[in-house]
Amino acid sequence: MDYYGEHLLPGQLGQFFIILSLVASLVATFAYFKATQSEFDADKGYWKKLARYAFITEAVSVFAIFSILFYIIYNHLFEYKYAWQHSSLSLEFKYMLSCFWEGQEGSFLLWSIWHCILGLVLIKTAKTWEAPVMTVVSFAQFCLATMIAGIYIFNWKMGSNPFILLRDSGVLDGAPALHMNFDVNQPLKQDYMLSIKDGNDLNPLLQNYWMVIHPPVLFLGFAATIVPFAFAIAGLWTKKFGEWTKPALPWSLFATAILGVGIMMGAAWAYESLTFGGYWAWDPVENASLVPWLILVSGVHTLLIYKHSGHSLRSTYLFLILSFIFVLYSTFLTRSGILGETSVHAFTDLGMNFQLTAFLLIFTLPAFVLFIKRYKAIPAIRKEENTSSREFWMFIGALVFFLSALLIIGKTSLPAFIKVAPPEDMEFSYNQIQVFVAIIVAVLTGFSQYLKYKETSRGFFREKMLWPAIISVVAASLVVGFGHINYQKHGPMFLGAIWLATACSIYAVIANAAYIWLGLKGKLNLSGGSIAHVGFGLVLLGILLSSSKKEILSHNTSGIAIDFGPGSDQKPGENLTLVKGVPMKMGKFDVTYLKDSAHPKKQQWYYKVHFKSRTDSEEFTLWPNAFVNYKGNEGLMANPDSRHYFDHDVFTYISALPNPEKNKDTATFRNKPMKEGDSLFYSRGYVILEKLVSKDNIPFEGFKPGDKATVATLKIHSFNNTSYTAEPLLIEKQDARFSQPDTVMSESIILQVNNAEAGIANIGIKESGTVLEYVTLKAYKFPFINILWAGIIITAIGIFISMIRRIQLNRSSKE
Amino acid sequence: MKKIHIILLVLIAGAIAVLISFLQTTTTYDTVQTAMEKPGKFVHLMARWDKAQPMEYDALKNPNYLSFTAVDTLGKSVKVVYHNPKPENFEISERLVLKGKYTAEGYFDCSSIQTKCPSKYKDDMKAAQKNAQHNAATGSANTETK
Repeated sequence: MDYYGEHLLPGQLGQFFIILSLVASLVATFAYFKATQSEFDADKGYWKKLARYAFITEAVSVFAIFSILFYIIYNHLFEYKYAWQHSSLSLEFKYMLSCFWEGQEGSFLLWSIWHCILGLVLIKTAKTWEAPVMTVVSFAQFCLATMIAGIYIFNWKMGSNPFILLRDSGVLDGAPALHMNFDVNQPLKQDYMLSIKDGNDLNPLLQNYWMVIHPPVLFLGFAATIVPFAFAIAGLWTKKFGEWTKPALPWSLFATAILGVGIMMGAAWAYESLTFGGYWAWDPVENASLVPWLILVSGVHTLLIYKHSGHSLRSTYLFLILSFIFVLYSTFLTRSGILGETSVHAFTDLGMNFQLTAFLLIFTLPAFVLFIKRYKAIPAIRKEENTSSREFWMFIGALVFFLSALLIIGKTSLPAFIKVAPPEDMEFSYNQIQVFVAIIVAVLTGFSQYLKYKETSRGFFREKMLWPAIISVVAASLVVGFGHINYQKHGPMFLGAIWLATACSIYAVIANAAYIWLGLKGKLNLSGGSIAHVGFGLVLLGILLSSSKKEILSHNTSGIAIDFGPGSDQKPGENLTLVKGVPMKMGKFDVTYLKDSAHPKKQQWYYKVHFKSRTDSEEFTLWPNAFVNYKGNEGLMANPDSRHYFDHDVFTYISALPNPEKNKDTATFRNKPMKEGDSLFYSRGYVILEKLVSKDNIPFEGFKPGDKATVATLKIHSFNNTSYTAEPLLIEKQDARFSQPDTVMSESIILQVNNAEAGIANIGIKESGTVLEYVTLKAYKFPFINILWAGIIITAIGIFISMIRRIQLNRSSKE
Repeated sequence: MKKIHIILLVLIAGAIAVLISFLQTTTTYDTVQTAMEKPGKFVHLMARWDKAQPMEYDALKNPNYLSFTAVDTLGKSVKVVYHNPKPENFEISERLVLKGKYTAEGYFDCSSIQTKCPSKYKDDMKAAQKNAQHNAATGSANTETK
C-alpha cells in the first residue's frame, strides 16, 4: 500500500550506502590483509591499490549516510523513526547534530566517520605501515557498519538501522486513531502522516551547548585509540617489533589529548546541566571512558621509555592493545544495559548484546593470541634499569596509572557480573584509593623530569632539584596551613591524605614549571611534556580543592521551616524553599525568587533568582531552569545555573516545584478588549490599562529582530486602598505567539495579554486561590573550579606541543 | 629478581587487597523484613510506595522532610523518612530503590531514593506513543498555541 506524505527516497539511498559501506569495508580489510601477507612487490602494489579504492568508497558511503540522516532530521521527515524519536519542529539548528548522538545508531555513525578521516590520513602518511595498520582500521569499520545495518540474517537481526520508517518500527501499532476503522489490527490509514505533526524531541538534558561538542570530541578520542592499537598489532604481525613505535608516538599523543579533553568536556556538561552537584560522580559511563585514557597515558610513557632506553617494549604492546580493548569494553558496558541498576545514565538496551559482545571479542581474542605467541620474540633488555634513571621511575608511574585503571574498571564491572549492591558511599570508595594514586603520580611527575635516561649523577640531581623542592614546600605549607581545607566527612586519615595530595600536586606544578627553565632553558617547543605535567598537576589541585572545599549554601536556616519533624536530630536540610518575592537567608546572601518566564516554544521555565550579599556589594541574578512534564516525560528536569568568579562558582538548581496536580488551577481567564484608560473589575477591586506599548527589542532569550513584543502596563486598585502595577507581555514571533502573564500575588490575580492590535488589547484576568508560587532549590559554592578547567587546557596544549615535536623529529630522521 | 619485579608484585598485591576490601564494603539488596532484621546497617531496600497510606510532604513547611510508607513485594511495609525534596517522578514510579538504614526508632531512614521504571527505553517509547496518539487525537492545534 502507498501512503501519502512520505519521502521514501532518502531512506532508500541511505539503505544503499549502508550496504555499500558494509561491502566496501570488507573488501578493504581483505585487500589490505593480502597486501600485508603477499611476498611480491607487484602483488602488494595491486592489493594495496584495490584496498585504497575500497576504503575511499567506504569513507564516501559513511559520509553519505551521515548527510542523508542529517537531511532527514533537518527537514523534519518524521516518517523516519530516527527523526521522530530524537528531534522536533522546535529543535534549534545547533542541537540538530546532537540528535545523532542521542541514538545508538547515530553515535556508531559518528565513531565510524572519525575512523574514516583517521584512515584517510593514515593512507596518506603511514607509508610501509599502511597495509597492516589499515587492515585493522578497515576491519573495525566493517564491525561498525554491521551495527547500523539492520539486516535480518535468517531470524537474527544484525544492527539497528537509522533509516527505519516510523510505521515499520512498531511505535504506531498501539495507536487506534492512526489505523483504519480505529482498529489496531487493521493497516494504517493511508494519510496517517497527517497526524504525525511533530517529533518527540531531543532529551532536554542534551539540549546544552556542551552536548553539541562533547560527543564528537570524545568519539574522536575513542576512534583515535585504534591507531596506536593498529600499529602495535602491525608490529606483532610483521615481526618488525620496534620500528612502529616511531609513527605510533605522535598518534598516541593525539589520542591522549583528544580523549582527555573529550572526557572533561563531558564533566563540564555534567557540571553545567546535571544536578548531582559536581563534575564527576564515578558513574560507570564516566569510568568506562576514563579507563582507556589512563591506560593510554601509561602506553605513551612506556613508548618514550622504549625510544630512549630500549626498555619496556612488551608493556608498551600490552598498554596500547588494552587501551583500545577497553574502548570496546566501555562500549559494551554502556550500551548493553547490563549496568542499568547501578548507573544514573539512561542505558538503552537495543537487543544488540550479542553483537556488542562479538565486537569486543573479535578484537580481544586475536590481539591477545598474537601478543602471547610473539611475546618471547619481542626484544627486551636483560640489564636492569638503574634506580637513578628516568625510565625506572617513569615505568613505575605508568604501572600505577595502569593498576589504578584496572581497579576502577574492576569496581565498575563487578555489580554487572555478581549480585552485590554498591557500597554506602560509592564516591568515597573510589576517592579513598585514587587520592593515593594522585599522591604517587604527582610526586613522580615532579622529580622524574630531573632525572636523565639511563643514569643520573647525584650531584646534578641535587643541584637542579633543590630550589623547586624548597619553593614547593613553602607554597604547599601556605596552602595547607591557611587554605582552610577541612574536609571532615571521612575522618582525619582521609583529610591527611587530601593535605598530602594537595602538597604533592603543588610540587608537581612547581617542579615541572621550573624544569622548563632549569632543564630546557625555556625552549617551549621542547617542553611539551613539562607543560602537560604542569597542567596535570593543576588538574589534581583543582579536583582536590574544589571537592574538599565545596560548600552547600542552601542550608535550611529559614524562618519557614522550623520543625524538622520526627528524626529532628538530622542535620538541617540542604534544600531551601523560596516563596516568590520573599527574601531568604542563604549563607551571606539574601536570596529572592523574583519571577519565572517560559521558553517561547517549549515547556521550559526559567526562574529568576536574585542573590544579594548582606556583607558587601556583591549582587547577581541566576536563571536556573527546568523542563516540566516535557513531552510525556512526567516530572522535572532541572538545568542549573551558576555565577562564575575568578576563584569560585555559585551554583544553583531547582530541586522541587509545587505539585502541579495539587495546585491545579481550576479558574479560567476572563477576557476583555481594552484600550488605554479602560478599566476592568475583579472581585476585590479594579484594573486600569495605563499604557500599551509595542517594542521591537526586549532582552528576552530567543527574541529576534522582526519579532514584536507588546507590554501592557496595568494599575490594580484593590478595595483596601492599595495599588499594584503589573506588566504582562505578549511576544509575537513569525511562527508563534506567546504570552507571559504577570501575577499580583497578594490579590491572587493573574493578568495576561491575549492579543493586541491598533491600540486595543485583549486582556485576560484570572482569579485564583492557589497563586502562592514557590520553588525549592539547592545551592553550592565551588571554590577553585577554574584551576581544574585551566589545568585541562594546559595539559592538552602540552601534549599537542609534544605531538608536533615528535612529528617533526620523525620527518627529519627520514630525510 | 629485579627491583621492578618486586615493585610490580607489591603494587599488584595492593590492588588485590583494595579489590577485596571493596567487596567487603559492598552492600545488599533487601526486603523490608531483612532490612528490619539488621537495624543500623546500610542496605538497598527494594520496595514501592504504598499509595493507600498517607504521605507527608510540604515544601513550604520543610522541603527536606518526606515521609511515606513503603511496601515490598512480600507485602510487608515500613515507614520511610527522607531528608530531601520529594523526587519529581516519585508518584509515577513503579519501583523504588531506597538506600539507607532501619533505625532503632522503628522507621527506615533513607539517604537516597532511586525511582525506577521497568525499562527506561520502553518508558520513553510509551511516553512517545502517548504523544503520538495525543497529537493524532487533537489534530493540528499543537505547535501554534502556547
